[in-house]
Amino acid sequence: MSEVPLELKYTSDHEWLRLEDDGSVVVGVTDHAQAALGELVFVELPEAGSEVVQGDACAVVESVKAASDVYAPVTGEIMGINENLGDAPEKVNQEPYGDGWLFRMRLADPDALDELLDAEAYQALLDELD
Amino acid sequence: MTESLIFEQSRAGRFARAQAPVVREDVELPADCLRAEPPMLPEVSELQAVRHYTRLSQRNFSIDTHFYPLGSCTMKYNPRACNTLAMLPGFRGRHPYAPASHSQGFLACMFELQEMLKGVTGMQAVSLTPMAGAQGELAGVLMIRAYHHARNETHRNEILVPDAAHGTNPATAVMCGMKVVELPTDADGDVDIAALEQAVGPNTAGIMLTNPSTVGVFERKIEQIAKIVHGAGGLLYYDGANLNAILGKVRPGDMGFDVIHMNLHKTFSTPHGGGGPGSGAVGVGARLKPFMPIPVVGREGDRYRWQDEKDLPQSIGRLSGFMGNAGVLLRAYIYMRMLGHEGMRQVGEFATLNANYLAARLKAAGFELAYPRRRASHEFIVTLKRMAKDQGVTAMDVAKALLDYGYHAPTTYFPLLVPECLLIEPTETESKEVLDGFVDAMCDIMERAARDAEHLKGAPWTLPVRRLDDVRAARQLDVAWRPEGADA
Amino acid sequence: MAFIPHTEGDVADMLAAIGAASIGELFDEIPPGLRADELPGVPEAIGEMEITRLMQARAAEDQGALCFIGAGAYEHHIPAAVWEITTRGEYYSAYTPYQAEASQGTLQLIYEYQSMMASLTGLDVSNASLYDGASALAEAALMAVRANRRSKARRILLPRTVPPVYARVAEAIAGTQGIEFCRVDYDAATGTTPLTALAPWEHEDVTAVVIPQPTFLGSLEAVDALTDWAHARGALVIAVVNPMSLALLKPPGQWGTAGADIACGEGQPLGVPLSSGGPYFGFMTTREAHVRQMPGRIVGRTVDLDGKPGFTLTLQAREQHIRRSKATSNICTNQGLMVTAATLYMSLLGAEGLARVAASSHANTRRLVETLSALPGVERALSGPCFHESVLRFDRPVGPVLEALANRDVFGGYDLSVDFPELGHALLVCATETKTAEDIAHYAGALGEVLKQQKVA
Repeated sequence: MSEVPLELKYTSDHEWLRLEDDGSVVVGVTDHAQAALGELVFVELPEAGSEVVQGDACAVVESVKAASDVYAPVTGEIMGINENLGDAPEKVNQEPYGDGWLFRMRLADPDALDELLDAEAYQALLDELD
Repeated sequence: MTESLIFEQSRAGRFARAQAPVVREDVELPADCLRAEPPMLPEVSELQAVRHYTRLSQRNFSIDTHFYPLGSCTMKYNPRACNTLAMLPGFRGRHPYAPASHSQGFLACMFELQEMLKGVTGMQAVSLTPMAGAQGELAGVLMIRAYHHARNETHRNEILVPDAAHGTNPATAVMCGMKVVELPTDADGDVDIAALEQAVGPNTAGIMLTNPSTVGVFERKIEQIAKIVHGAGGLLYYDGANLNAILGKVRPGDMGFDVIHMNLHKTFSTPHGGGGPGSGAVGVGARLKPFMPIPVVGREGDRYRWQDEKDLPQSIGRLSGFMGNAGVLLRAYIYMRMLGHEGMRQVGEFATLNANYLAARLKAAGFELAYPRRRASHEFIVTLKRMAKDQGVTAMDVAKALLDYGYHAPTTYFPLLVPECLLIEPTETESKEVLDGFVDAMCDIMERAARDAEHLKGAPWTLPVRRLDDVRAARQLDVAWRPEGADA
Repeated sequence: MAFIPHTEGDVADMLAAIGAASIGELFDEIPPGLRADELPGVPEAIGEMEITRLMQARAAEDQGALCFIGAGAYEHHIPAAVWEITTRGEYYSAYTPYQAEASQGTLQLIYEYQSMMASLTGLDVSNASLYDGASALAEAALMAVRANRRSKARRILLPRTVPPVYARVAEAIAGTQGIEFCRVDYDAATGTTPLTALAPWEHEDVTAVVIPQPTFLGSLEAVDALTDWAHARGALVIAVVNPMSLALLKPPGQWGTAGADIACGEGQPLGVPLSSGGPYFGFMTTREAHVRQMPGRIVGRTVDLDGKPGFTLTLQAREQHIRRSKATSNICTNQGLMVTAATLYMSLLGAEGLARVAASSHANTRRLVETLSALPGVERALSGPCFHESVLRFDRPVGPVLEALANRDVFGGYDLSVDFPELGHALLVCATETKTAEDIAHYAGALGEVLKQQKVA
């Protein structure tokens, strides 16, 4: 069983988002996604400052046997990236909801989060996959 | 037992003296053009180099040493005469810009090779320049693109590709600025015709097909597919990966294909060389003839000459510095002459006989075929999903265990749509005894899976190394040796 | 039956096991209308003895001339051991080393090759080869676009001093992928690219600048200044180099202040026979920071389950069989066997041997140019140093001269008049270490006769 923290928002592409106090969101891949990918060997992140549209392929997570795109979960600006993943991509496997976060975004539309899945809906999606 | 790196065998000041000019001549070049430190190359004697690389060679499986049933790769015997004769001094030493007056022997071989390839594929013209299958594909899709552009139909930018296709097909289409539209495969391995009819339209540039397909069966509805795609204004591309299955029996040109690439390193037995050089000659129907990559060899009277931009002004251009992998082409020429038309026919027949025999024996031994209702072509798929589920022994484990029996592994995990699959292609040059031995090994492995699965999960046990840590290889990248203490 | 081992008894037993009456029945899923009756153009089979006679006769037809052509393919002495070992069945008839445990020989060899190429070019990492030099430049251009994320223009500056055919191939392969190649003019007096020729792009977004060394004309570019110009404008530098020359010349990794970012070129001079233009191999090296943007196969050293060192293909997730339509390139096979030859060649020669070959080629070309330009009607066309090729200018069209020389079994060089008309009646000549003083005198003698017999147009 993979972990699905209750306080986060999710996409059907197995990304999670956490709303911060300053209104920005932190984005990562879910526990389910990291397990399915296997041990990650490289993470390619977008450039800070770039503008992305929801659905854009903006990062790549790479294991030995697969490289998968990470899609921008919402439209907005990339404010910062997790520089530590350059040397330690395994953080995504170890702590997908913690030190393994990918990037931080400023939302173009603050209400965009409402369109995403909550923990219950995402859990239902995972149950369906099994 | 390991073989140390050639650098670790080096001693300062040593080199193979017989192989270099006796003196080092003065160099009259400005100092700022010159390098300060010599490059880090091995410093060894001729014997050391010969021994080291001979020993390394002994750490390889190869067709010459092992049965190599690697599906979709056609690992057939590479006749030695093809190498010996292609390396005759007159061929080996010929400069690519030698004048045609001094190249008639070589050009005659190339012209005749073009003619023979036309004959076995049913195409109208052949260009030999693409240097590998993937480059042949690139040439093919670029020709399709050029054709539509020449007709002012620049909006045709969609290439249909079955989901079972080799990864190069979609990669190539994208390289040519095309969009890929995936087509589903039906339960018996044919293209889903209803989905195809849905997918074609005014933007269709063409379809890329392998026939027999990558799931090892002949695409029975090919005439219908050709009609649908042509009807929509698209062209048909034949990926020659599996041409060996039908060589001499069915010709892509007769199936309605407009352009094909052939892997001469598969069907026409040029060596795989541990990963190249290949050769991806392309054949075209009348519509694409003006767009062929250059150069091609033409004949005027009894003289041969290169045809280039002047002869084919609409050509997609040049794909290599000279004319592609000429030495590989010579090997294919020699092979084809030794087989003749009767031999060509036998290739397809006996490749198919061997595959169907092996499939029948493995099925009888309890292995599950992925497409049991179909004839095998020159290859077939075994799925080990039951073994994986019951004993936790995967296709990868079986592949590695086969190495311990002295058989190279079949292709694993391709095509992607069959779980835990082995794609097995014996080729026509293997004898019945070899196939029987392989069946015995597979049965042994199946029996062992029930009794001692852990042994298989740890295989191979008898090779120079056991399974390698791929994760470490990718995370702690070590792709070039440096002396201790040198800057990384 | 050529290379097919089956006896009649085998066939009968196998058909019985399948449950088919004949081999023909195995093709019963193929629509009958599609079956081929004839294979026009394919003659009757001949045996090894007959094909040997035929090929010997054809090879002999093309043999025997003294060759002073370079232009991207160079005649060097190849030690006998190189191809003796390379054509061992274990290398020759193996597949791409996907099954690492059964391919340690090829994998370790490629790792050693990568190490040699990285050092030769002064960069960190090398791939396991590409098809040839021309297509390697096309791949380098595509790679630069991926690696230079700050540049949005997909614009590559391509000097005219790069081999003309490289430009054509790059255009054919990468041009359709939205890459704009801008040709940079050269100075016809020196055959090099002056900084002033780059002025039109002074304030433009440039993705990468290609710098050849030596140039197609044999001349030497001011690589330091050109590299710094590119880097100052945020462009990457793609070095196109002759690996043989790097035994003597400054490696791309040390060009200018920061060094080139990608080096590529034609590997043929390293132990690969001329063989009508192929198979050769393209090489490519780069900085570690760009390794994931590099196309082609890469071998890495790692350990096995028991902790023993071993080799495997790595970074495969970039490749077509995994990434499919998002791969860095559609390339799969490379030129493994040629790399085998090159690795043996570099091991036998070592740094000293390679430097001697390069120095002799340089010295012989100088002697050739001195000797030929002493003839009336022939002069050196370019001022400045050259590596192992040089341009001669004639007082008459080069084509008929070359033809007359060929009739005397001398291949005099490469006619530049089509691609470089501003150089006049220009001929590119080359004399590698294989040419003796007698060979050079023979060429001069033949040319003297030809020039005397032919009238100036």
